[in-house]
Amino acid sequence: MRKNGLIFFFSLFSVILFSQNTVRGKITNQDGVPLSGSHIHIGTKSVSSNDMGIYLIKRLPSGVTKVHVSYIGFKSIDTILTIKGDVVLDFVLQPQMDELKEVVIKEKANTVNTSVLEQKIKGETIEKFSNQTLGELLKNIPGVSTLKTGSTVVKPIIHGLFGSRVPVINNSVRLEDQQWGTEHAPNFDVNAAGKITVIKGASGLQYGGDAVGGLVIISPVAVTKDTLYGKTILNYASNGRGGSISSSLHKGNDKGWSWNALTTYKYMGDREAPNYVLSNTGNREFNFFGDLKYSGAKYDLTTNYSFYSTTIGILRASHTGNVNDLYNSISNKVPSVIADFTYDIGNPKQEVQHHLASAHLNYYFDETASLSLQYAFQFNKRKEFDLRRGDFRNRPALDLELATHSFTADYKKVVHDWVVKSGGSASFQNNFANPATGVQPLIPSYNRIEVGAYGIASYDFSETFTADAGLRYDFYQLNATKFYSKSRWNERGFSNRFDHFIVGEQGNQWFTKPEFKFHNVSASLGFRKTFEANTNWYFNLSLANRNPNPSEFFSDGLHHSSGVIELGDLGLQKEQSIKVTTTFQKKWSQFSFEISPFVNQVDNFMFLRPIAFETTIRGAFPVWEYQQTNARLAGFDFQSHWQINPNWQYDFSLAYVRGKDVTNRTSLIDIPPLNLGNSIQFSKKEWYHFKAELKSEMVFRQNHFPDTNFVANVIENNSLVPVLVDISSPPPAFHLLHLYSEMKFKTTTNSAITIALFVQNMLNTSYRDYLNRQRFFADEMGRNIQLQLKFNY
Amino acid sequence: MKKLQFIALALFTATLFSSCSDDGHDHGTNEEELITTVITTLTSGNQTITLTSKDLDGNGPNAPVVTTSGDLTVNTTYTGSIQFLNESVSPSIDITKEIKEEGLEHQIFYQAAASIGAFTYTDADTKGKPIGLAFTLRTAASPTTGTITVVLKHEPNKSASGVAGGSMTNAGGATDASVTYNVVLK
Repeated sequence: MRKNGLIFFFSLFSVILFSQNTVRGKITNQDGVPLSGSHIHIGTKSVSSNDMGIYLIKRLPSGVTKVHVSYIGFKSIDTILTIKGDVVLDFVLQPQMDELKEVVIKEKANTVNTSVLEQKIKGETIEKFSNQTLGELLKNIPGVSTLKTGSTVVKPIIHGLFGSRVPVINNSVRLEDQQWGTEHAPNFDVNAAGKITVIKGASGLQYGGDAVGGLVIISPVAVTKDTLYGKTILNYASNGRGGSISSSLHKGNDKGWSWNALTTYKYMGDREAPNYVLSNTGNREFNFFGDLKYSGAKYDLTTNYSFYSTTIGILRASHTGNVNDLYNSISNKVPSVIADFTYDIGNPKQEVQHHLASAHLNYYFDETASLSLQYAFQFNKRKEFDLRRGDFRNRPALDLELATHSFTADYKKVVHDWVVKSGGSASFQNNFANPATGVQPLIPSYNRIEVGAYGIASYDFSETFTADAGLRYDFYQLNATKFYSKSRWNERGFSNRFDHFIVGEQGNQWFTKPEFKFHNVSASLGFRKTFEANTNWYFNLSLANRNPNPSEFFSDGLHHSSGVIELGDLGLQKEQSIKVTTTFQKKWSQFSFEISPFVNQVDNFMFLRPIAFETTIRGAFPVWEYQQTNARLAGFDFQSHWQINPNWQYDFSLAYVRGKDVTNRTSLIDIPPLNLGNSIQFSKKEWYHFKAELKSEMVFRQNHFPDTNFVANVIENNSLVPVLVDISSPPPAFHLLHLYSEMKFKTTTNSAITIALFVQNMLNTSYRDYLNRQRFFADEMGRNIQLQLKFNY
Repeated sequence: MKKLQFIALALFTATLFSSCSDDGHDHGTNEEELITTVITTLTSGNQTITLTSKDLDGNGPNAPVVTTSGDLTVNTTYTGSIQFLNESVSPSIDITKEIKEEGLEHQIFYQAAASIGAFTYTDADTKGKPIGLAFTLRTAASPTTGTITVVLKHEPNKSASGVAGGSMTNAGGATDASVTYNVVLK
């Protein structure tokens, strides 16, 4: 695999291009004084003049080309040049009499990485999901599925991978919010997103080297014009009998002060499946986001603060005692606890608060070079409440405080046909697991340090061919403190291997201080080729490394929501993934499509695998432990768009992933099944911008899954009988219909009201989703009618 | 400059949120509501049989140690009582008391084949439904060997069909303890 990369790298640099002309000259002011550092932009190439005011641009194609010359304090020159052979062209710039006006040349593609097709979610789609979760919103991109625990805890899955393998970058800050748990959703308010980009691969090296699955990059709303505007969205959802209100104000400015402020409040009661109430699934949310920016001549400085707070009820019927309870839940087709609808949230539940404060400075040396410095502080407090006895009823079973400081510096320079980015980052993190819970915490207290440096270069070989390459180094150190019962220490095989971590003893427990250090190198290489007639071909090869997360190292206990004892392993090695992604995209006037196949080889892939049974006073529990294997995931995403006529359009999307555990010759668990999306949309501007869309979502049954069923003794008719507990069989395929429609009314010249109706699961279909941890206990949500009022002012 | 002051103030405020880290909160976490021991006592006349199940390492890998103090006699009515303890801490905690106080949310089920005997509840919670801390066992007529399984359920549906009579089929709830004793009937 490494070899393929090298061969490719060398062949790339042996490509020779013709049609090379050179343009050179001198740039001076009206008195003949050379202007060094003035910016010359010819066609797609740009360069700065040197100390003598001299510039030189090579390999320009013959023909008619636009030329732009600028320098701070002087009037810019825009002209057309016909190139036939080498040219000498001097410029004399006139000073600008009025106040400094910054000229910023926008890069032709403000993308993270040119060799990977990035999928973007538009603002109007984001608004549609104002009352829902980030995971549900991201599902709109083919290749992205969701892993759920109920309907309110939703995590994105990219190309079959989720959790620590899919970092979320919020406003250039990596979201640090306990992503290791399958029951932990990203702590982010959908309304605070202005633009979302999904990269299905590890090529966003400026953010880290461990995005084995992909990256979700969120940017807040940014306004550059001198305006003041606002938006309020009111939502009501019938399933949950609640809604939300989100209001924001934005003051834009191209210079001077600008700011944004946003607040959201959500109040929802129990959700309902078609045949019964899903008791204790209500949720509350309160969020705030504010930022303040000052734009000067050569720099801008932004500070922002955001607060996310939520209380999420966990399905009451999903709390199990032992295997017997789990077996009963699977056999009975309805949840064991069904109460009347209520807005109250009892135990089990989660309470999470996430604070994020950051300061961001962009400094522009000139139009070709900029430096960005950032400091961010995040504080995440997570409390998970369980059904407990006596005085412990109101004490959380898990109480974690995660504080992270991060510093990043990024430098970008555009010269000739090169765009070079390099930088570094450092982060310090502390996790405090509060022992006042009275229960062994799922993950221990720890300190973590990460330091990394990267360099990315992209080169335009021609107007139609760009290649990029990146390299990143990361150092990672983890120091934890944890108690292990001596029997467990021996059972795990840690004695004689990790005894050097033991620092003390208390009763029948060892007091340990595990310490781990990792050095990782990640890389990315790719190209983009544009053919005639709007055809693009993207290709990217990336190498990523992911260190084991605290859950994978230190898990040591019973998970009530799954009735399983999960055990970590101190001996885990880092995951190494090599992913090849390629996209073929073609556009005609009314029809376009793109197809993206991929292959991802992940060595030392970490996952939970059942190994045995253990008996405790509660009864018998299956024991799963974190193991490593060599995995291979492959698949493709396809989407097409057909503009039938100005009013009608048809969209089709398909995503397929096949995940194999190569070492054990079986399939990987929790791989999203084949899914198809068909939607037809009618729009007529004349009817108050009327739009109606009918979408069909078809999810097939996952037929490739590992058999993790086991036989357990359960009590039936007063005696113990052996039964097969089927936890591996995926539920059957299902088909859902969704309807969306909206109309927009202009109330004054600058304001408008939009009314939207969004019906999900129109036919109130009963179904279970393989990727929902709660599929053993209850059906998915039934019909949800959402009414939305959007005020733009 | 105004901007610098602003940045400084923002950073200062941010650091106020930092939580203290190494303050030595690292005492061992002993589960306080953990049940390690279930002792079922059967008395008839001057005969007392004690059935014990003890799992001192909690969720650790060691299996519970189950002991029976003696054999049961056929055709006898025993008065039964049960005790739940947390013996992983010293002094040990008696959880039976809490179960009694929260009688509405707990029920203990005694499961054995008809060839061993039949159980009857003799206590009740504040709504008249059985808890199971006190019961009687009427042993069967012929000598045999078998098992008695005792299950403590947290928040069962006491009104569901058969539950008040001791049947676990429709009870639901979460299992907080489930022990199986081997018994001999003589």
